[in-house]
Amino acid sequence: MSSASQFKSRAAEKAGDLRHRSVIRTALRSYEVVRDKRKAAFQSWESARQAAAETKWEAINHLDEHLVALTSKLEARRTKVHWASNGAQAREIIAQILRDKKARSIIKSKAMTSEEIHLNHALEKEGFSVVESDLGEFIVQLRHEPPYHIVFPSMHLTRGEIKDLFQKELGDAPSDSPEELTMVARRVMRQKYITADVGFTGGNFAIAETGMISITENEGNARLTAALPKTMITLMGIEKVLPRFSDLALFLPMLATAGAGQPMTCYNTMYSGPRQPGECDGPEEWHVVLLDNRRTELLADAEQRDSLHCIRCGACLNVCPIFRNVGGHTYGTTYSGPVGAVITPHLRGLQDWKHLSNASTLCGACTEACPVKIDLHHHLLQNRRNASSSEPAFFEKLAYKIFAIVANEPAFWSLAKKIGWLTQPLQSLVKGTALDPAKAWTKTRDLPPQPLESFKDWWKNRQ
Amino acid sequence: MTVTLFIPCFMDALYPRAGISMVEILERLGHKVVCPEEIACCGQPPFNSGFWEEARTIAAPVLEKLKNAEAVVIGSGSCGAMVKKFYPELFKDTPHAELAKQVAARTWEFSDFLVSKLGVTDLGAKFPHKVTFHDGCHGLRELGIHQQPRALLTNVRGLELVEMTEVSCCGFGGTFAAKFPMISTAMGEVKCAAAAETGAEYIVSSDSSCLMHIQGLLSRQGKPTKTISLAEVLNTR
Repeated sequence: MSSASQFKSRAAEKAGDLRHRSVIRTALRSYEVVRDKRKAAFQSWESARQAAAETKWEAINHLDEHLVALTSKLEARRTKVHWASNGAQAREIIAQILRDKKARSIIKSKAMTSEEIHLNHALEKEGFSVVESDLGEFIVQLRHEPPYHIVFPSMHLTRGEIKDLFQKELGDAPSDSPEELTMVARRVMRQKYITADVGFTGGNFAIAETGMISITENEGNARLTAALPKTMITLMGIEKVLPRFSDLALFLPMLATAGAGQPMTCYNTMYSGPRQPGECDGPEEWHVVLLDNRRTELLADAEQRDSLHCIRCGACLNVCPIFRNVGGHTYGTTYSGPVGAVITPHLRGLQDWKHLSNASTLCGACTEACPVKIDLHHHLLQNRRNASSSEPAFFEKLAYKIFAIVANEPAFWSLAKKIGWLTQPLQSLVKGTALDPAKAWTKTRDLPPQPLESFKDWWKNRQ
Repeated sequence: MTVTLFIPCFMDALYPRAGISMVEILERLGHKVVCPEEIACCGQPPFNSGFWEEARTIAAPVLEKLKNAEAVVIGSGSCGAMVKKFYPELFKDTPHAELAKQVAARTWEFSDFLVSKLGVTDLGAKFPHKVTFHDGCHGLRELGIHQQPRALLTNVRGLELVEMTEVSCCGFGGTFAAKFPMISTAMGEVKCAAAAETGAEYIVSSDSSCLMHIQGLLSRQGKPTKTISLAEVLNTR
């Protein structure tokens, strides 16, 4: 089945799933309350957005220089920097490090880039044991599922479902209390931390000025991941660069506010290298893998380059009525929601993924919510234009050609209205059935009755 | 002032009462209204589907017809956004680029025209009902229209305006409603539930297309809430 028909059938099913609708609505309602409270704590949220967008413009428009600066600073402190053009290269670089280290088990903190390159699957195939240490990711890993949301991986599950899952997979679930379930996960994870040979992390921001990688988290699991194993590997997209250390003063609270309605995420750590001579902790080796994976193609697209501004906060998903009704898994992509619909056609092919850009009312709630002001819903329009001009759907194009002729000729337009009025009784006989040409609408909705006298008729008679 | 009134295609065919109300209101305010018969559609359906060439085939003659208009008033936030915001984009680097910008600058959505251009908020209307207002997304986010319809409704005698707690799209989205009917329906249900929560008798909107979707669902599901265009409410006596 093509990705488009898969999306359509899954979306139709999920959209009618009232339980799903209510779980997601409840989860996001509490997010909305805290988010608005935190936004109000900014002197001016709008100015902050503007400043963040401008900083990102600067970062992305001079990405080449910033990446060189970042790399030389990182290397100066003995960090090994690797460049991966695509997912396969990144997977091979990471697997090779693990082979060199004769590693067997890897503990991971949350990284969407690792989802993007399907890292876990590749490593497990080679016989490595991989454990996710972010609680949400840990839960979806137990379910053999990809994350549901880029920030809240298991938001689609109720505590009862998590209790049952823990009982089945871990044999330990005293109750459905979040505290007790967290303790169960913590006990399992602590063992994994102790035995892990390599710690794997993502990165939220990379500071060109100082050669630091900033990791944001709420559970302390990323710190442990970076602190306990002797080798640390960090995978991040090349677009995560910020020019200056002081930019974090804006971006850390913005990410926390937009992403989770927090003033600051609980743990923010800046890593600048492996253990230095004379230091008593930290990994002995640190490998940073910088991933392109078609980001440079987005960079070359002047119209949509700003989608590289994305800080993966998930704010656009949270406000998107499509996401809220079809859910994260329906997209079949690493990045779901509006930003996923914008960038996936660039990352994975326009014709195969254009349906995501069509699956939108262009309501613009995403653009309004984006803390770095990505022009998301207009990019959906551009994707539609690019898809239709390169490979137009024959019948759709023909339909619009005919529509243009009718719209441009008053006699035809008037005739079309008359035909519409005359066929109403026939249409109502077959309403909602396979014979109804308007069944996509009438299956769930009524059509308005069409009056005999149109506005234009009234106007003409009046003159 | 001579107002060139642009009645969108679906309003012309399905909701003439809304258009007629606009004519009557503008005339009552002492303006001369003209409605170019040749204009049927703004070209938004092909534009939103990515067929910009076909959209230009429809939109270029519209621009020519509106070339000399003193003020263009459009009876929909969505079509208003098309002319005001997207025509300059659609005609960029074409011979119509300059004209598109000029026409866009002289174009108004109906409630915005009354409040922002004419400075009118009290039309002497009387509508003794509890209502809630649905913002069409294009009017709200492309044109930034939020306060204008509320200013007008506040002055309607007997009308009680109750806001919905959730601002969300009704799920219409033009061809989206047919391409993804189940998502569209789910969004409409969320909207109808938010409206029902207010206890309003009527859902009022500047956009007949949103109301067509909302009413379509309400009727099918046998819900008692009714829909009515803002212009019709403002034209009551």
